Amino acid sequence: MKAPPFAYARARSLAEVFELLAAHGDGAKLLAGGQSLIASLNMRLSSPRLLIDITRLTELSGIQVRDGRVRIGALTTHAEIERSPEIRRHLPLLAQAAPHIAHPAIRNTGTIGGSLALADPAAEWPACCVALDAQFVIAGKAGARRIAARDFFKGLYATALRPDEVLTHIEIAGAGPDHRSVFVELAQRRGDYAMVGLAAVAKRVGGTLKDLQLAFLGMGQAPVLARRAMAAMEGKRAAADTIAAASEALSRDLDPAPDLYSSAATKMHLARALTGRALAALAA
Amino acid sequence: MSPIMEQALETTLTVNGTSVTRRIPARQHLIDFLREELGLTGSHVGCEHGVCGTCTVRVDGKIVRGCLMLAVQADGRRVDTIEGLSDSGELAELQEAFHRRNALQCGFCTPGMLIAAQELVANEPGASRERIREHLSGNYCRCTGYQAIVDAIEDVLKK
Repeated sequence: MKAPPFAYARARSLAEVFELLAAHGDGAKLLAGGQSLIASLNMRLSSPRLLIDITRLTELSGIQVRDGRVRIGALTTHAEIERSPEIRRHLPLLAQAAPHIAHPAIRNTGTIGGSLALADPAAEWPACCVALDAQFVIAGKAGARRIAARDFFKGLYATALRPDEVLTHIEIAGAGPDHRSVFVELAQRRGDYAMVGLAAVAKRVGGTLKDLQLAFLGMGQAPVLARRAMAAMEGKRAAADTIAAASEALSRDLDPAPDLYSSAATKMHLARALTGRALAALAA
Repeated sequence: MSPIMEQALETTLTVNGTSVTRRIPARQHLIDFLREELGLTGSHVGCEHGVCGTCTVRVDGKIVRGCLMLAVQADGRRVDTIEGLSDSGELAELQEAFHRRNALQCGFCTPGMLIAAQELVANEPGASRERIREHLSGNYCRCTGYQAIVDAIEDVLKK
């Protein structure tokens, strides 16, 4: 279908964005890559009065590495992250996850900030940011604030962003020498929404996994950090018995709702299968 | 100064090398603008929510979904469609290979397939069949079963 009518403003500064958000409240929506927003407008699932195009705010784009921390602007596209040598070196998890996001034409346009602010439960970036314990920088009229990714996602398409705020950057500590990461996902077809996905990072120290982080997507209304499975595996070698114990602990971390294609039991089975693959890969 | 907020905006973009200025309704997608205002009907409209890939065009050298971009967002940008890329000869080898391999039946997906495939041919000359399939995963064909399309692209990559 075609999008309903709306007004359009191309913001030239963040100050203009705040001014428009203050004036229009819920009637305004920010347009970044538009790869979810314009689809939802076309399907008439949302009908904002005003789209505020923030894509010309170049200060919100790009990847910088400083003092071992990686700063990614909200308007950085999935494809830029996928191809970035800095990301491959300092945050390999993001380079591993990017190819799972939709298709090349969508990755050329869609942005990490847009994906995080939308908070689709099947999206890759929210789970990666939770696994990596990312910090989000949010700007408002009164100034900037920071919030941990682990506090940002509140539920189905719900975040800690207030209607008059803009997510401007994310910051993540770069990987140390022992860092290992893996991203695994199951989808019905390549590029489709994930049925289940897992972002996993750990330090591999003398054959054991330390500081293991397991963040699932598609298994709840928001990314789920599997704390009991993480604890079960902490400091251990990845072997058949330890992986089985971690998989067993998952049943207390995850409580997925069935969807159109899979029962809750199937989703749990897939989550366990991915956990086994991820732990074996981290240890390899 | 307050930002300009409009239902329609004067927009200047370069389409297939020619500068075009029009007053465009904000709600109009790039693909509808190209087809309905400029008569460039080689790019097709399929699902209109970013799934099928038949509206694939290039903006500033990168493939995008023509149904997931507003035409006013193309202000100041360079847009290339199947018409321009055909005329320039850039797609000639792929077109010849599609023809030889019977990589189309109804042809509805073909303009999008060719533009998407060319991005792979240009950026990844050593791409495997698996990579071809991955790269085309966002372009649906309801006739061929893809085998012949992958064959055609592989032929060009092997040249």
